[in-house]
Amino acid sequence: MKYSSQKVAYAYFVAALGLFAIQVLVGLIGGWIYVSPNFLSELLPFNIVRMLHTNALVVWLLLGFFGAAYFIIPEESEREIHSVKLAYIQLLILVVGTLGAVVSYIFGIHEGREFLEQPLWVKVGILVAALIFLFNISMTVLKGRKTAITNILVIGLWALSLLWLFAFYNPANLSLDKMYWWYVVHLWVEGTWELVMASILGFLMLKLTGVDREVIEKWLYIIVATALFSGILGTGHHYYWIGLPGYWQWIGSIFSTLEVIPFFLMMTFSFVMVWKGRKNHPNKAALLWSLGSATVAFFGAGVWGFLHTLHGVNFYSHGTQITAAHGHLAFFGAYVALNLAVFTYAMPMLKGRNPYNQVINMGSFWLMTGGMSFMTFVLTFAGTIQTHMQRVVGEDFMTVQDQLTVFYIMRFGAGAAVVLGAILFIYSVLVPRKELFTETSGSKPVTGSNPEAQAVLEGGR
Amino acid sequence: MSEFLTKSRARNIFYGGSLFFIGIFAVLSIDSHLYVVNESTAKAPLTDEVVLGKHVWEKHSCINCHTLHGEGAYFAPEVGNVMTRWGVLDDPDDAAETLGSWMESQPSGIEGRRQMPYFKLTEEEVRGLSEFLRWADKTNTQDWPPNDAG
Ligand code: HEM
Ligand SMILES: [Fe+2]
Repeated sequence: MKYSSQKVAYAYFVAALGLFAIQVLVGLIGGWIYVSPNFLSELLPFNIVRMLHTNALVVWLLLGFFGAAYFIIPEESEREIHSVKLAYIQLLILVVGTLGAVVSYIFGIHEGREFLEQPLWVKVGILVAALIFLFNISMTVLKGRKTAITNILVIGLWALSLLWLFAFYNPANLSLDKMYWWYVVHLWVEGTWELVMASILGFLMLKLTGVDREVIEKWLYIIVATALFSGILGTGHHYYWIGLPGYWQWIGSIFSTLEVIPFFLMMTFSFVMVWKGRKNHPNKAALLWSLGSATVAFFGAGVWGFLHTLHGVNFYSHGTQITAAHGHLAFFGAYVALNLAVFTYAMPMLKGRNPYNQVINMGSFWLMTGGMSFMTFVLTFAGTIQTHMQRVVGEDFMTVQDQLTVFYIMRFGAGAAVVLGAILFIYSVLVPRKELFTETSGSKPVTGSNPEAQAVLEGGR
Repeated sequence: MSEFLTKSRARNIFYGGSLFFIGIFAVLSIDSHLYVVNESTAKAPLTDEVVLGKHVWEKHSCINCHTLHGEGAYFAPEVGNVMTRWGVLDDPDDAAETLGSWMESQPSGIEGRRQMPYFKLTEEEVRGLSEFLRWADKTNTQDWPPNDAG
């Protein structure tokens, strides 16, 4: 760690990990309700469970992005963060807002649009926090060295914050409501967040592989260009059946098919960089998560997205377990795994210690990735049957669902593996201390004692 | 590729192209907005009852179990066409009554069946909700869903 203000990232990452734990535990409860529907049905109905699960996910991913930005930007801009105090105030607002939202959901107080259920005061809090953040990083970047990584990161973060404004606009006309709702939801995950993802991935590759910055940055611009060229009009794949004009069927099908390209490029980019790289960075777990993220994002977002994105297919699969399968793997690959890659990379430096247990961390990667993949497969099978029986044959929804129980049981098992993986991950980045390392390696405490350890602390060699 | 496509060229393509697509998207959005208001939802008036109904729908977060026009959670049936499924699309009184008794009979308490919570709704709220669902059902959704099962 070269700049002391990078330390704020630590607080963001810890908060994010706390919410991550809540997200997966509540998800497991939701999975259990699918298996045993009377569970908690009076105390904590499914709609509240789902709200907690999705909101906790989105907020912890954002906390992770903010933390990552505070970690990356000083190093890229070669200067301290403009104001460390503001960064902590921003975090405080976000944590208070999040806890407030969790408590009020449990008591049934919420707004009513999917993913945007936060009470108004929380939405305003998020906006204020975003403004503080934008001010803080923009000041840092403007005064420092300009790189493509910071440029793309800052553009992505500005754009996603601006899109948040649409969360405040809720027209009485349902079709308009839906149309603008996707400005937040789709243009986040298939637009602005991809910019954030690409730049973070670029940073990790720069540090982990040692490939030339020029090469990495050119790739980045090509990746984000293909992301926005396809993703903006790709919004049309949500505009087929909600009361919008028929031309979206063609525009949406064509452009959202092209959305596969940026995910393919990010995967290719990561592997090519690793092959080209001369560096043998000691943080193997961070490399595993980075490559894993790019790969699973390609499958979850790219392949599973394309699976149901053509309007002729979507006509039948829209709003079935196929959608659920895709949503899970896309979020996991692109954004969960990417955040976990950053945490894995940065935590040792932030804690000033060395190997954090790499074996446990890498084990958690396989548990979580295996679990999510299995969950995606079984939900895809369930969704295929559902699509056929309900949409083609015309059987009643509940009758069809009753026949899918075996898949929901397997999904619960997969979810349990993911929860176990998440617990191992959190343990591996937070708990093991440097004494542990000292014992196993047989050397003195890390700092300066051994070149490997020193390299990790400095973020590369 | 490396000769022709320098980093600054790639950056400029990114900037220029993005602005171009944002522009097209903005134009199509305006057109779509007008289409919704003047065509696809123009068949049924957006009355105060419908607006109240949308509010009730949101207050109880129905979307986190049901889908509406195929969007939402996949735990409970599609409701964008529920009024058609119940055969009450064009009868406001019958619609409100059917919905009212449905809401009253929840939760079913049947072992092994997914449960819908009991929501304490006033008569106006039930009426609003059924008007909202009738209104949504009349939206031109390009013939989706494929059949009445939703
Ligand atoms: C990391 C990127 C992505 C994430 C996180 C993501 C996530 C999601 C989620 C959560 C939904 C469900 C939204 C709802 O609640 O209604 C969804 C729907 C959808 N996604 Fe993605 N997605 C991503 C990328 C893509 C890509 C690249 C494609 C196309 C190639 C795609 C195609 C679709 C389609 C067609 C739907 C609508 C499904 C339906 O009709 O029910 N997605 N996505
Ligand atoms: Fe999308």
